[in-house]
Amino acid sequence: MPRGFFHRLNSSPLDLGELQLLIDNVSLSFGGVQALRKINLTVNQGEIMAIIGPNGAGKTSLLNCISGLYNPQIGQIIFYHDGQFELTSMKPHQITKLGIARSFQNIELFKHMTVLDNLMLGRHVHLKSNLFTGGIFWGWARREEVENRFLVEDIIDLLEIQSIRKQPVGTLSYGLQKRVELGRALALQPSLLILDEPMAGMNAEEKEDLARFVLDINEEHGVTIIIIEHDMGVVMDISDRVAVLDFGSKIGEGTAEEVQRSPEVIRAYLGEDYGPL
Amino acid sequence: MADTFPQLLLERTKEFGDQAALREKDYGIWRSISWPEYLRHVRLFCQGLVSLGLTPEDTVAVIGDNRPEWVYAELATQAAGAKSIGIYQDGIVSEIVYIITHTGVKFIVVEDQEQVDKILEMWDQLEGVEKVIYYDPKGLRSYSEPFLMYFPDVEALGEKFEQENPNWFETKVKEGKSDDVAILSTTSGTTGNPKLAMISHNNLITMGRQLMEIDPLEPEDRFVSFLPMAWIGEQMMSFACSLQKGFTLNFPEKPETAMADLREIGPHSMFSPPRIWENLVSQVMVKMEDSSRLKKSIYDWAMKVGYQMADIRFNKEVPDFSLKVRYFLADWFIFQMLKDQLGLRHLKRAYTGGAALGPDVFRFFHAIGVNLKQIYGQTEASGISVLHRDGDVKFHTVGTPVPGTEVRIGENGEILLKSAAIFVGYYQNEEATQETLIDGWLHSGDAGYFDDDGHLIVIDRAKDVMILHDGTSFSPQFIENKLKFSPHIKEAVVFGGDWPFVTAMINIDMKNTGKWAESHHIAYTTYTDLSQKPEVYNLVKEQVLRANADLPKAAQIRRFLLLHKELDADDAELTRTRKVRRGYVSQRYDDIITALYGEEQFLEVTMNITYQDGRTATLNTKLRIETLDGD
Repeated sequence: MPRGFFHRLNSSPLDLGELQLLIDNVSLSFGGVQALRKINLTVNQGEIMAIIGPNGAGKTSLLNCISGLYNPQIGQIIFYHDGQFELTSMKPHQITKLGIARSFQNIELFKHMTVLDNLMLGRHVHLKSNLFTGGIFWGWARREEVENRFLVEDIIDLLEIQSIRKQPVGTLSYGLQKRVELGRALALQPSLLILDEPMAGMNAEEKEDLARFVLDINEEHGVTIIIIEHDMGVVMDISDRVAVLDFGSKIGEGTAEEVQRSPEVIRAYLGEDYGPL
Repeated sequence: MADTFPQLLLERTKEFGDQAALREKDYGIWRSISWPEYLRHVRLFCQGLVSLGLTPEDTVAVIGDNRPEWVYAELATQAAGAKSIGIYQDGIVSEIVYIITHTGVKFIVVEDQEQVDKILEMWDQLEGVEKVIYYDPKGLRSYSEPFLMYFPDVEALGEKFEQENPNWFETKVKEGKSDDVAILSTTSGTTGNPKLAMISHNNLITMGRQLMEIDPLEPEDRFVSFLPMAWIGEQMMSFACSLQKGFTLNFPEKPETAMADLREIGPHSMFSPPRIWENLVSQVMVKMEDSSRLKKSIYDWAMKVGYQMADIRFNKEVPDFSLKVRYFLADWFIFQMLKDQLGLRHLKRAYTGGAALGPDVFRFFHAIGVNLKQIYGQTEASGISVLHRDGDVKFHTVGTPVPGTEVRIGENGEILLKSAAIFVGYYQNEEATQETLIDGWLHSGDAGYFDDDGHLIVIDRAKDVMILHDGTSFSPQFIENKLKFSPHIKEAVVFGGDWPFVTAMINIDMKNTGKWAESHHIAYTTYTDLSQKPEVYNLVKEQVLRANADLPKAAQIRRFLLLHKELDADDAELTRTRKVRRGYVSQRYDDIITALYGEEQFLEVTMNITYQDGRTATLNTKLRIETLDGD
């Protein structure tokens, strides 16, 4: 059996390069604190979009708006799938059903369950059997389980975690847990994959590995990816476009090189230049 | 009577039909490949290669983990009358370029993106190579190089070829002669560029037949193929023996899962270099250190009984009734479980070869009831020439010659071998061939002698034997193996030949020592840092003293140090089969050796490190030298 992939891990019906996500004039405030100010951003299908910015710039808030955890007061977020969806008025679980998957800054896995079980759990939105049919585990429910296991094995192969398949997640190293978390998000067969600092706290080798897996997911399966990352080396290497946030506003957008040259971005990262004293 | 591997494949297919020939773990499931399917892949790939222009003069190189496609590629090449060469996938660029350009390689069969990238990197230097064929397409979708081909696409060409030339394959296979060169095999242990041994079908088949005569395996037996296919030992088991006997080859999912997969399969035979056995012992010892006191005391009791039994058997004495009962209990409560955990429960026999295995490791396996036997052989002899017989195991010997092999000791004490399994010669290296093969006798370069029972004792590589200051000759490997029995010591290099006493340079085992440090609340950062902790020095000192207790006075270690870096094959300090390149190491660490024989307690070392991404850094550290009390 050739070891290609039997499953498309990308559930977006759009063609490569079509507009997939439109963030239109979004503002979010908590009491008097303005977390996001009039953000406009587009993401196209098949793109890797990096969002960078100093701490507290509103990066995670923006992602939380997309996944429905926060509701912005102003503006709308439109997601194109098999139709047009306004995300700001939808519940998180409805958004998940559209195939928007995310991994979190902190590891959100079931520590006492095995890697395999955690990944199978990531399939639950796609399972149709209920408590009763699943309990009897015969006929359709059984076939469904096998079908889903097959897909999960594709993910295990993609992320090269065969050797830890049956190990409890809690016993794994931090880098591996992050990899499993990525796998859990992939198990959803995402149309849009949101990664919130997937490489934070990793050593150089782990970062390199994960960067390669992110690229594989994008190149092999065409999954659109939005990634928040601080390591500029990684951002430069893997992203197609970069958006820069500072104090809740978008201060730059473009390719990695363009963004790095932008004076606003340099100011946000390095501080005000007061000129010669 | 079949003369070549492809002919054997035809024979076995006729004999066994739909039974499993190969088994591969994929998607977490073991999947069988029957003999006809096996043959079909070999036939199609062979015809595919021929339609791409393979001729009998060509060589096909294979680089990758053990997978069915590896086996198909080799047999397909041989079916077309050409020869194959396996290349270690962790080989450094210059070595791979040398091998490929010096052997007239026309096609390279590789596993995946990683190897394709490696080949692309050196592509400009690879003259004569026409196609690179990969069998795992993951990540290779966007590669547009015209010389890249996907394994099934080559088989599809073969299918087309078959429609135009039916029965071509069978005719071609029948033309194969036993004297044809089947494989080229790189030989380890030399400095500089590797030598390439030409090994014929007859060599390998003879070897397999001789081994199977002494230690037969049955068609329903299982074998796990997890060591590099480029290694002669794996060629011997996976091709020469499997094709003659028809037992099933099992391929693990990934190199990292090999030990878990081994347990699932429960093989009947295993042939591994000492490193694997040493690792297994370390694994057990470390796990036992972590377990509860009750479990530990039961284990200690069982091991005591096991060792008693093993020693009685080594001496060919008959155990008394009480020992028999105690051993039965120890076996029932501990050893069966232990062997099950390690995947060794079904083993009929196990072999170790390639380098000497320490007697302690040997006794350990015999104590738990694993029939581990030492073999002696080399690439130039197609694998095994001398081995232990069942029930006649002496751990300081390598056993008696296999039938059909003549062994004699040369005038200078060198071991000489003669049999039908002795290789044809080195590829395009007449000079080396003439030095090694004289009147049909293979000059092994190892020193040895026969004991009273006709067992061969290999002292060491002839040039490595050291003469101690009191005039006795001694093998550094013997001392090193004593040290390496400790789970905390990964590698050791002993010096002493030209010096007044014996010293050692020791590599700690990062994993086991790191774990030990954690449980003793010792904070550390890197390998270098851990190796220089006083607590670690004390730990190793205990092990050195324990080794010293078993050694004659002149061979006892008087000073040692813990090296700040691991010896590495990438730095040419070890061979690809992880044997220490003694000459190179003593040259490279000249300053350390001088310091070992000096008075100083500390030594400043500077070293340049090249990271994988090409950055370089300079590292300064202070190494401590420990002196042991001597009188």
